[in-house]
Amino acid sequence: MIRFVLVRLLRAVITILAVVTFAFVVLRMSGDPAQVMLGPDVPQDAVDAFRRAWGLDQPLWIQYLAYLKSIFTGDFGVSMRDKASALQLVLERVPATLQLTLPALILKLMIGIPAGVYAALHRQSFADRGVITLAIIGFTVPSFVMGLVLVLIFSVILGVLPSGGQDTWVHGVLPTITMSIGGIGILARFSRSAMIEVLGQPYIRTASAKGLKWRDVIWSHALPNAAVPIVTIVGFMVGSLIAGAVVVESIFSWPGIGRLLIVSVSNRDLAVVQCILLIIAAAMVMSNLVVDLLYGWLDPRLRSHAAH
Amino acid sequence: MASVDMAERSQLAGWLRGSISSFRRKAPLSVAFGIFWLAAMVAIALFADYLRPYDITAMDLTSRLSAPGALRHLLGTDELGRDVLSRLIQSVRVSLIIAFGATVLSAVFGTALGFAAARFRGIVEHLVLALADFQAALPFLIMSLAVLAFFGSSMVLLVCLMGFYGWERYARIARGLAISAGAQGYAAAVVQLGATPARVYLRHILPNVASTLIVSMTLTFPEIILMESGLSFLGLGVQPPETSLGNMVGFGREYLTRAPWIMLAPAAVIMLTTLSISLVGDWLRDKLDPTVR
Repeated sequence: MIRFVLVRLLRAVITILAVVTFAFVVLRMSGDPAQVMLGPDVPQDAVDAFRRAWGLDQPLWIQYLAYLKSIFTGDFGVSMRDKASALQLVLERVPATLQLTLPALILKLMIGIPAGVYAALHRQSFADRGVITLAIIGFTVPSFVMGLVLVLIFSVILGVLPSGGQDTWVHGVLPTITMSIGGIGILARFSRSAMIEVLGQPYIRTASAKGLKWRDVIWSHALPNAAVPIVTIVGFMVGSLIAGAVVVESIFSWPGIGRLLIVSVSNRDLAVVQCILLIIAAAMVMSNLVVDLLYGWLDPRLRSHAAH
Repeated sequence: MASVDMAERSQLAGWLRGSISSFRRKAPLSVAFGIFWLAAMVAIALFADYLRPYDITAMDLTSRLSAPGALRHLLGTDELGRDVLSRLIQSVRVSLIIAFGATVLSAVFGTALGFAAARFRGIVEHLVLALADFQAALPFLIMSLAVLAFFGSSMVLLVCLMGFYGWERYARIARGLAISAGAQGYAAAVVQLGATPARVYLRHILPNVASTLIVSMTLTFPEIILMESGLSFLGLGVQPPETSLGNMVGFGREYLTRAPWIMLAPAAVIMLTTLSISLVGDWLRDKLDPTVR
């Protein structure tokens, strides 16, 4: 088990290192930030001074090593635009993003999984068809279309909900719904097929043949086994709590990480973009790690396999 | 004479009815709709130049933001009086070109890496798997946002970037299938006959695993359409004066209250296209590949 955890940890660290390198290479080699920040008409000595001040006159690999060193000492650099700590700028936005993504995640779990399980237990019923339809919508309707259609209905035509901003909790209703509808459908479809797969297994037949109540068969035999594939997709959803709101935040003018990313990207604010990339990747890697460990807990076969 | 004609015709009608109903037995109505819609989209993309009533930048300043339904502008006009139908036709072409190009790129790239991992194992395999981990750790939208904004958006870059979408899926599938194919008699036989590795992989293993890869392409294709339209919606994908489906939705958003048709027309096309591909893809998957569900 310890070996299993250590291998996973090592892979997580390598992945994060790859993301740091990717961010550095792409952002640093794609153009001269000095030209972009200062504009084309600035005298050469001002450009040189700017480069010296930000260490841009050093060879690339020295810049890279310096960057790695500062990352590991917790220094993510300073925003070139605001002159504030990039990490601080990014962390300030995290609560706003979580205000949308956490309720959306809860909605997805509370509605998606029960709906999928119900549909699997009542195949070909009205509810089953509803779940399938919702899943198709979740897969085919992009979130920006969903968001704009909701704005059109609830803000423009009915006038009951605000279309943007972050003043009260009412402002969060439409973005949260926009984000959760697709996820509910996807999760419902996953739970449904996982449950159907499990219900076809011999151990379910055995459990009901030995006289267990159907209810107990579902709760203590079917659901725990169906949980394994569902955990994967939920883990992915948890991992994208921070990254998942880029489009929705931009539709509803919500001041979260996604908006910050888009603004920083168009300003070429290197430190902030790198910091966001890193935080998003770290969140994803962590949740993948947790999912891997959860597998071991949910599925004893994996545990014993790892032990041997 | 007339009776012969009638007989012939009824035969033809019977044959037609027979083949339609046998198609319906094989493919449900929704799949037939999907195939029809996709064929229409491909035709529109191919013949966009002939189908467009107006040029996509032609402005009709006397009828700005005019509602759909008028004979001159069937789907209405936008804020500059440009014909929405013409722009929609061009958008279908641009979005499909990007999605086709990117799907092919990603399939080739991913399959090549997967085969390389299966052929060389060891360090190459670890490297490919680490790259796949990296791709999984960084949401694709975030990665493309960074790349596009820093390199500036161009059509070629966009196709190449989208061509990285989903490669890890092909790589994993191709690697797994190639490893299991390598253990089978036919691959060993051609190796014994002295075939080069390239010949073994391309002429013998690839055709045997192609159906699974094609099924993954039907999964990737709609996702690439959604990804491209998302990027264009955010203003970082296809740049004006060129237009794409997402780009039209993005600009139409400004006129949501006054002229919702600018945004609704491309949105409907995006949804119907991705829906059709999923329907047809699911059906193909059942047909071609009973092992994958």
